[in-house]
Amino acid sequence: MALKRTNKWLANHPLWLGVFSLGLGTLGWYAIIWAGELPPFILPAPHEVLARFSRALSEGILLRHAWVTLQEVLGGLLFGSGLAVTFGYALAKSKFLERLLAPYVIASQAIPTVAVAPLLVIWFGPGVISKVLVCALIVFFPILINTLFGVRNVPEELRDLMRSLQATPAQTFRMLEVPAALPVLLGGLRIGATLAVIGAVVGEFVGADKGLGYLLNLARGQYDVAMVFVTIFSLVLMALSLYGLVVLAERLLLRWRRPENEERIMIAEVERLQ
Amino acid sequence: MPENEVALSIRGLTTTFSNGNGGLLVFDGLDLEIADSEFVCLLGPSGSGKSTLLRTVAALLPPSSGEIRLKGKPADGAPPSVGIVFQDANLMPWRTVLDNILLPLDVKGWDPERALACANEMVGLVGLQGFEDVYPHDLSGGMAQRVAIGRALVHDPDLLLLDEPFGALDALRREQMGMELLRIWEARRKTVLMVTHDISEALLLADRVLVFTERPARVALDVRIDLPRPRLAELRYTAEFTQLARKIHSAIK
Ligand SMILES: Nc1ncnc2c1ncn2[C@@H]1O[C@H](COP(=O)(O)OP(=O)(O)OP(=O)(O)O)[C@@H](O)[C@H]1O
Ligand SMILES: [Mg+2]
Repeated sequence: MALKRTNKWLANHPLWLGVFSLGLGTLGWYAIIWAGELPPFILPAPHEVLARFSRALSEGILLRHAWVTLQEVLGGLLFGSGLAVTFGYALAKSKFLERLLAPYVIASQAIPTVAVAPLLVIWFGPGVISKVLVCALIVFFPILINTLFGVRNVPEELRDLMRSLQATPAQTFRMLEVPAALPVLLGGLRIGATLAVIGAVVGEFVGADKGLGYLLNLARGQYDVAMVFVTIFSLVLMALSLYGLVVLAERLLLRWRRPENEERIMIAEVERLQ
Repeated sequence: MPENEVALSIRGLTTTFSNGNGGLLVFDGLDLEIADSEFVCLLGPSGSGKSTLLRTVAALLPPSSGEIRLKGKPADGAPPSVGIVFQDANLMPWRTVLDNILLPLDVKGWDPERALACANEMVGLVGLQGFEDVYPHDLSGGMAQRVAIGRALVHDPDLLLLDEPFGALDALRREQMGMELLRIWEARRKTVLMVTHDISEALLLADRVLVFTERPARVALDVRIDLPRPRLAELRYTAEFTQLARKIHSAIK
């Protein structure tokens, strides 16, 4: 009975629910170490990871490498989504272009990014550019598809309406296509934001001397497992922050959507990702 | 009809849709005239070309041949000024009620102040005061259709085209909206061409009812409805009304 009441209270207080579930996770973590008698070089305890985190932070290496990765992710997102939106729009407007480019677009999705990353590093060197390209490649497809669907799904009647008002193509673009495609486009960007972080790490694994992926590899080589955890958590934090930024943008730009709708879309998306 | 009273004239309209086997002949030399400020209801079998006619008049669909003149000028030269209402309101969900009604004026680049005054007046005419800032998600079907009517009229078009505008509403709402439309029409006196499947709706609203044949569509029946206005719903229980209804019903095959 008391448990049921606590349950209900927590459901209504999401912040405390977060704290509660974090606490539970930490306890579970300690329990696993205790039960398996695991040494720190296999599974460091939460407080050890926290200590390693603050040391890496004060030494400045964490931020330095995180900054490099963030640049790669943002660069890749910008370049990849810019390209994807342009192509997606062109494909949506022209059946001919769609037929011409569809094989390449589908191939671009079928290619495992992990397999192309070494090529990109060979061609563009171990610096930032090759990682930007890996990120761009990985975000390209979902954003392209979402743009394509967003523009294709503009109701034909609204197009007719704009035409009956003698709207110029620029007006139709600005007043109809952009706002109509925006929800789907932002949905693509939301997926792209987390994918881009994966892309950057993959690129850094293949060959880099900077970045969180590089740092992770380095820590692994030194059996500094606490540091491995620190970089993983940093990557998660980065991905979640970017995701949160897109969600924020959605809140601001799509105020006309009812919250219930938003949730339904979110659930549909989670289901799709699984 | 004297030339200056004709709002819409269609001469020898031929429309063919190309499909796999040869082509679909929807109109084969259709002639039609609609007078200024006339309220015309168009009925006919499904697939006979009613929507196609509306799209052609709105210059959304080029005819294979023939001529369409609005207020005397050919429709293809200077584009016609029309307002359209579809079966679904088709509002822009990211625009509020007021902004949806403003859309035609935005497109036509009206001075913002004058546009706003006009749109606000239209909000009043369609009975949506107090709902200016509501988004379409929160409107009922009838309210959404009011917005669509306001949007179709705000730029003061020469012709109002309605394609089964209340087809998605339930019977009661449908009748209310019909009366609303009459009230708005009486305030603005537009030439109206409205497609409907509902015979009594047509009889309650129209000055004139047209019935199309099967493809290729010709006018099977063209009756003037001289029932006195204002027409109330009770009218449908009169003998004159039932007689007209029967006549129209037998014309629709
Ligand atoms: N763009 C198009 N391309 C090919 N055929 C079309 C097109 N638009 C309509 N048609 C065909 O033309 C015919 C007339 O269509 P239309 O939509 O005008 O009929 P309607 O009288 O409005 O029918 P309903 O009462 O069902 O709305 C139909 O057979 C339809 O399939
Ligand atoms: Mg139709």
